[in-house]
Amino acid sequence: MTAIGKVSLQDTVLQRGHSRERSRLLVFNHTVLLLLTAFAVVPLLVLAFNSVKTNLEIGQNPLGPPVNIVAENFPNAWDKGNFATTMSNSIIYVVATIAAELVFGGLAAYALARKRPPGSDALMLYFLVASTIPLWMYIVPLFVQINSLKRLGVDARFLLIMVYVAGNAPLTIFLLRSYMIDLPGELEDAARVDGANEFQVLTRIVIPLTMPGFLTVGLVVGLGVWNEFLLALTFIHDPNQYPVTTSFYKFVDRFDRDWALTSAGAIIIIFPVMVLFLALQRQFINGLAEGGIKT
Amino acid sequence: MAVYVQKKPTTISEKLADETWRRKFLRNVLIPWIFIAPLLLLHIYVVTVPAVQGIYMSMTDWKGVGQNANFVGLENYRELFFEDETFGKALGNNIIWMAFFLTVPFVLALFSATMLSQIKRGGMIYRSILFIPYVLASVVTITIWKNLLNPQRGIGAAVDNILGLEKVFGIAYLGRTESALMSIAFIDNWHFWGFLMILFLAAMQAIPPVLYDAAKIDGANRWQEFRHVTLPGIRPVVLFMYMMVAIWSFLAFDYIFLSTQGGPGGASEVIATLLYKNAFFRFEAGYGAAMGVVISIFAGFIIMIFVTLRRRGWDI
Repeated sequence: MTAIGKVSLQDTVLQRGHSRERSRLLVFNHTVLLLLTAFAVVPLLVLAFNSVKTNLEIGQNPLGPPVNIVAENFPNAWDKGNFATTMSNSIIYVVATIAAELVFGGLAAYALARKRPPGSDALMLYFLVASTIPLWMYIVPLFVQINSLKRLGVDARFLLIMVYVAGNAPLTIFLLRSYMIDLPGELEDAARVDGANEFQVLTRIVIPLTMPGFLTVGLVVGLGVWNEFLLALTFIHDPNQYPVTTSFYKFVDRFDRDWALTSAGAIIIIFPVMVLFLALQRQFINGLAEGGIKT
Repeated sequence: MAVYVQKKPTTISEKLADETWRRKFLRNVLIPWIFIAPLLLLHIYVVTVPAVQGIYMSMTDWKGVGQNANFVGLENYRELFFEDETFGKALGNNIIWMAFFLTVPFVLALFSATMLSQIKRGGMIYRSILFIPYVLASVVTITIWKNLLNPQRGIGAAVDNILGLEKVFGIAYLGRTESALMSIAFIDNWHFWGFLMILFLAAMQAIPPVLYDAAKIDGANRWQEFRHVTLPGIRPVVLFMYMMVAIWSFLAFDYIFLSTQGGPGGASEVIATLLYKNAFFRFEAGYGAAMGVVISIFAGFIIMIFVTLRRRGWDI
């Protein structure tokens, strides 16, 4: 009796102290988080503000909200920045890279996770070691190699996509394999008994069950390619083949003083990413977190 | 009747065992390797072959054009470490960069992830907003911050204006020798730290709540709770990211190249920007390749340290 009384008394004391402490702490937590949110968002807000001001207004009011909203910056930037071409180039790079990565990565990961042919362990070790090779170790010889292929008449865009697919191969294999390895084998065996061949087992059974893995790889790889700068700068020299990043780099160089124009250009580049990010927040965040840990 | 039924393979495994050797080989060896081959061959062609070529190229005086490449042994490396002052300066900047990125974003991310893990409502909104800078392209991030750090129109000028000062805060952060590198690190970190926070937050959410209850009953204060429950719980992720960030510090390129190209006067030069200029602007392919090998050796060295520590039982 006394023991029980003691415990419950202690409990209430603990809880009361606890909740008072808790609410004070949460005010502190929210204050800190709001300050950090401002740190993340204010630069973007300034960018958005400047994209709808005239240069005259930016000169007088470079940071605050716009007094008069003008929309002309966007069509101007779109034309002068050649966005019609570079946007579609970037979309080609992103879509083709994702498609090739998922097809070839899916096939390889399936073989490594479900079939484990002799040599699988050595191959996983190869990809593990290869994933640590920095781009800087091979960029110069790769440049020579890519140039000789270009001279043979191979499209530079195709070659850039090839480099993207290869560069993301270790990440793709690790991620997709980790999704596939957890599947129960009975489903596949059942399909085989029903006469399915290996390809059908992959497309009808394994892929539908590991869709989140494919979505994750697609988002991580796609975002990486959309934002990629260094490889595109190195391998694409025809302005008609530029992705948005390298073309924007030259654009900013050319219109250095024209903040209204460059701000609008920047908004055009981040717009598709922001839309996709807001629509798929959870997948984006979890996917990039997963990709970051596994590389 | 019953005997006949028994003889036919009835279970799945029996049916599969019934296959011929040839079909088994096809199914378990040949087809899997055909599935693996495209990506593997592509990867070998794009990464492994050039990486090996890079080692050889680093021992030549090749200019990147023409056929005449002479084997010069370790001459490029000797020049890098004993003659080229710009390389020494760049290496030093990489180490400063690493010191910055192994402290600032980690403190920021650990602190904010702790704050975020304790709140009940609005967590998802904070998480998404704080993550936004991470999804922006480097070209965009640099454009934003070049404007914000502009001496006449940026934040500094606005602060001067409010305080009635002149050119105290409104200075060319990216154009000055003493502040260029740190300013770029600040910009890169603005983009990067949210990513680290997400990783730490996910690890924190995986810690069993029972441990926190136990700590509370033992009378632990906030700091003790963080020190003895949170930190040990997320240790594997923190240490792994320590290794990754240390490696990435030697690969840093985009933000520096896009903002100052290593200037002014080499003040923000790092090995990667120096390599890029040597290989692609000055046509010193062999010399550039040697820098690439040096970067890789540093990366390999960092990995080795972590692998060794792990082998010794330091739970990473």
